[in-house]
Amino acid sequence: MTATALEEPVRKTSPGAAREPRRRPGRLRRIGLPYLLLLPALLLELLVHLVPMVIGIVMSFKELTQFYIRDWGTAPWSGLDNYKVSVDFDAPVGEALLHSFFVTVGFTLLSVALCWLIGTAAAIYMQDTFRGRGFLRALFLVPYALPVYAAVITWVFMFQHDNGLVNHVLHDQLHLTDKPSFWLIGDNSFYALLTVSVWKGWPFAFLIVMAGLQNIPRELYEAAALDGAGMLQQIRRITLPSLRPVNQVLILVLFLWTFNDFNTPYVLFGKSAPAAADLISVHIYQASFVTWNFGTGSAMSVLLLLFLLVVTGVYLLLTSRGRRTADA
Amino acid sequence: MRSIRAAAVGAVTMSFALALTACGGGSSSGGGSNDSPKTLTYWASNQGASIAVDKQVLQPELDKFEKQAGIKVKLEVVPWSDLLNRILTATTSGQGPDVLNIGNTWSASLQATGALLPWDAKNFDKIGGKDRFVDSALGSTGAEGKDPAAVPLYSMAYALYYNKQILADAGISKPPATWHELTADGKKIQAKGKTTLGAEGSNLSENIHHVFVFAKQHGADFFTSDGKPDFTNDNVVAAVKQYVDLMAKDKVVPTGDAEYAQNQSVSDFAKGKQAFLLWQSAAANLKSQGMSEDAYGIAPVPVQSGTPGTGAQVNSMVAGINISVFKNTKNLDGATQFVKFMTSDDEQKILNKAYSSIPPVKAAQEDAAFNSPSNAVLKSTLATSAAALPQVASESQFETAVGTAVKDLFADAAAGRAVTTDSVKAKLEKAQQQMPAA
Amino acid sequence: MPSTPASPMAPPRSFLWSRRIFLTLLTGFVLVPVYVMLSSSLKPLADVTGKFRWLPSGLTFRPYIDIWSTVPLAKYFMNSLIVAGAATICSVVIAVFAAYAVSRYSFRGKRVFTVTVLSTQMFPGILFLLPLFLLYVNIGNATGIALFGSRGGLILTYLTFSLPFSIWMLIGYFDSVPRDLDEAALVDGCGPLGALFRVVVPAAIPGIVAVAVYAFMTAWGEVLFASVMTNDTTRTLAVGLQGYSTLNDVYWNQIMAASLVVSVPVVAGFLLLQRYLVAGLTAGAVK
Repeated sequence: MTATALEEPVRKTSPGAAREPRRRPGRLRRIGLPYLLLLPALLLELLVHLVPMVIGIVMSFKELTQFYIRDWGTAPWSGLDNYKVSVDFDAPVGEALLHSFFVTVGFTLLSVALCWLIGTAAAIYMQDTFRGRGFLRALFLVPYALPVYAAVITWVFMFQHDNGLVNHVLHDQLHLTDKPSFWLIGDNSFYALLTVSVWKGWPFAFLIVMAGLQNIPRELYEAAALDGAGMLQQIRRITLPSLRPVNQVLILVLFLWTFNDFNTPYVLFGKSAPAAADLISVHIYQASFVTWNFGTGSAMSVLLLLFLLVVTGVYLLLTSRGRRTADA
Repeated sequence: MRSIRAAAVGAVTMSFALALTACGGGSSSGGGSNDSPKTLTYWASNQGASIAVDKQVLQPELDKFEKQAGIKVKLEVVPWSDLLNRILTATTSGQGPDVLNIGNTWSASLQATGALLPWDAKNFDKIGGKDRFVDSALGSTGAEGKDPAAVPLYSMAYALYYNKQILADAGISKPPATWHELTADGKKIQAKGKTTLGAEGSNLSENIHHVFVFAKQHGADFFTSDGKPDFTNDNVVAAVKQYVDLMAKDKVVPTGDAEYAQNQSVSDFAKGKQAFLLWQSAAANLKSQGMSEDAYGIAPVPVQSGTPGTGAQVNSMVAGINISVFKNTKNLDGATQFVKFMTSDDEQKILNKAYSSIPPVKAAQEDAAFNSPSNAVLKSTLATSAAALPQVASESQFETAVGTAVKDLFADAAAGRAVTTDSVKAKLEKAQQQMPAA
Repeated sequence: MPSTPASPMAPPRSFLWSRRIFLTLLTGFVLVPVYVMLSSSLKPLADVTGKFRWLPSGLTFRPYIDIWSTVPLAKYFMNSLIVAGAATICSVVIAVFAAYAVSRYSFRGKRVFTVTVLSTQMFPGILFLLPLFLLYVNIGNATGIALFGSRGGLILTYLTFSLPFSIWMLIGYFDSVPRDLDEAALVDGCGPLGALFRVVVPAAIPGIVAVAVYAFMTAWGEVLFASVMTNDTTRTLAVGLQGYSTLNDVYWNQIMAASLVVSVPVVAGFLLLQRYLVAGLTAGAVK
């Protein structure tokens, strides 16, 4: 289903492959070599991702609580119980999962939209040269380059209620709030999380879009300018359509990274995130590690994976169809 | 066609994985051996002001043990934030330390995993018998009716630490004995521009310790006698509400404390910003932050009325650290020997002095150091008015579920939202439903 | 990098103004945390445990001295360096091989391979944390190869985190390297691997650097797996830094100093190599 996205590289290779028979070496070697080259990657992916994923799926059908973790092979099969608990949205566990899911979806959509918007705007603004452009470009990449831990802990420091910079500025200096707000607990924690996520994430969009802009032929702009198109029109008629393929991948990657992000909320809030910012990855972590119920935790992860598969599939289907009609 | 091939690959992967899981499956259920009699790995909990301090305290003692027994102990001090997870992974993998410290409230939960060596009479005899330990400490070593999963190492109790200067300035002659007095004192203290009481609103364990005591004072328990969660009975609700009301209604706990989780309230007290601190064995802690011992006094934690005692007069949990042996240790004899060493009278005196805790070993308690006026409060609290947290297998889930509920309630209070009996009950109901069914 | 003017005409004034405003705001947004990190690391403890202040009451370098003794930072640093370095090298080499195969050969199962590898990007880490941990433990028990708790296990894990993205990017990059070049090399008598290393790799250096930078950053900052899969001797920075806040008083100035110290290598490396990164992305991934 994801294959549609990969159509391109595959198509490109075929001419090269067609020319291959011109070469001499033995047929066996020719057939064996690509597999040999792929082998390390394949084995590692199997070891670290695929096999554990299958084990995870197996675990989700087991009653894997503290009584069995010591020898989890002996944990009894529980059929679909873990799934039933997870999707029973009238009961607290399911309800909390659903809540966490909606929080995550809302957070991810906002974060991806903002990252993309800021990144694209910055890249377009910085498309032509001006003094200090190189410096700014380097500076803008700093949040992305910082290790997550170092960046997020700095934000924790800034978001403190009593001594933090954010309240100092908003309350003490600008007098925008009646009293200092809480950012790391309660409802505002959502905005705190969003801010940190955007701060860390937008430079990636900036980087990719910047690279994408380099591939737009200059002649297109010149032709448009001759037609009398203004700045905004050029952006709308040339820049954005040309960025379409880049955006297709960029937005998907941003979405998956943001949706699965564990490090940011974990460092920001610790093991129990406030309800307003209860992202699904931390929620599942808590469901499995803090309450020692790895079966339910696995069931939740599997559901999450299914959701991501569907979203990715639909997204790729829609965007590539859109692309095809646009090309036609 | 493509999908068929993908499915085939998937099936191969699946069978490969199943084969692996079939022959795998956690640790072999080895019951411990003496394969490597010359070394031990010991995970200590972080008791001192920092991990470095712990190493300074423990290393000389471990050297002593090496000289005596010829066994080298490899020390790792594990921060509290990691300890339970590390124990959990060690349990799952079977690759853990030989000897480890556990928070005594986890005893029953960890006992249920079957990873810890049970201390039956025979094992207890190897370290001098069960009678050497005080009863209150033994009450937190595992579920009732089972052989303890751990041996008490350090005992602690909550006390009310008060800043003498702030009380004098506010015209308060003696520390409050009841919650009513404390809130009344709070008005005088806050009139002088200081804060009254500290709390760690985002620290789940601290929340649990306090609401547990409040529940006792309301004559209630979080668990029924047969170990079922009972978070929503009216007395428990009233107890939790009373604790959160210290911030929400009585306003003696500053709203900023709602996001404290890293002992910031101890710092506030040590810096002289705040009059009272409810803490367990804080002396070493306060000293490391530069507060002189003359500057503060120690009183029993307030009760509803009257004086501390048993039943509804309980004013502390039995806090403390236990020491356990990992069941599949490769040096069973050495591990037992090491526990004997750590719980010996001499070591108990040295270690508990260093950590300003109370020895759970009767003979060591006789030492003059543990009979100073400040320690006397802690000692008598432990002896007369402390209760053990429920020793049930789901204790660690209880800490998380109810601790989070209280954290959320504090967040509500801090944001100025009403904390009502209904809102407390709703949160507790949710916590109860998150508990495992068993 | 060559400048590509958006328009041959001079941009209108309104554009210039909006650009000035936008970029100024953005610079502020980006810089404030960086400034806080830097300034707080030079403040005495009293400054960081009391009300926030923009300017330190006095400058001190003590935090930069204390961080090394409060927690064994040097050891964590070393571990991170080994783990991230090895993961990067392995990831790049493996990705180069795989990308070369996909880019230059047609073979059965090619699509299954690319789809499978890429789709692992969407796995939530939490899904395979515990299974992976169990797998490592079992492999350890069965074969004696210590993966759990060792640097090796972490290296294996991290390199697969960056592998899908790296392969995907390098496929794009290799596709952009003219095929005639390796054809020529093959005619000259190089084997396929010779062609890869003598022709394709040198031509794809920007792409490879970009992939290496990405792989290094991924490994350097990871928290979740490091917290479960390391022990006292193999602890990496991302987990080790939490040691500063388990103290009785939160030494914010030390935390900030340590954060800065651990950031310097990656940020410096990243900024030095960012030209390659943009060039690599331009020719590879986004083409």
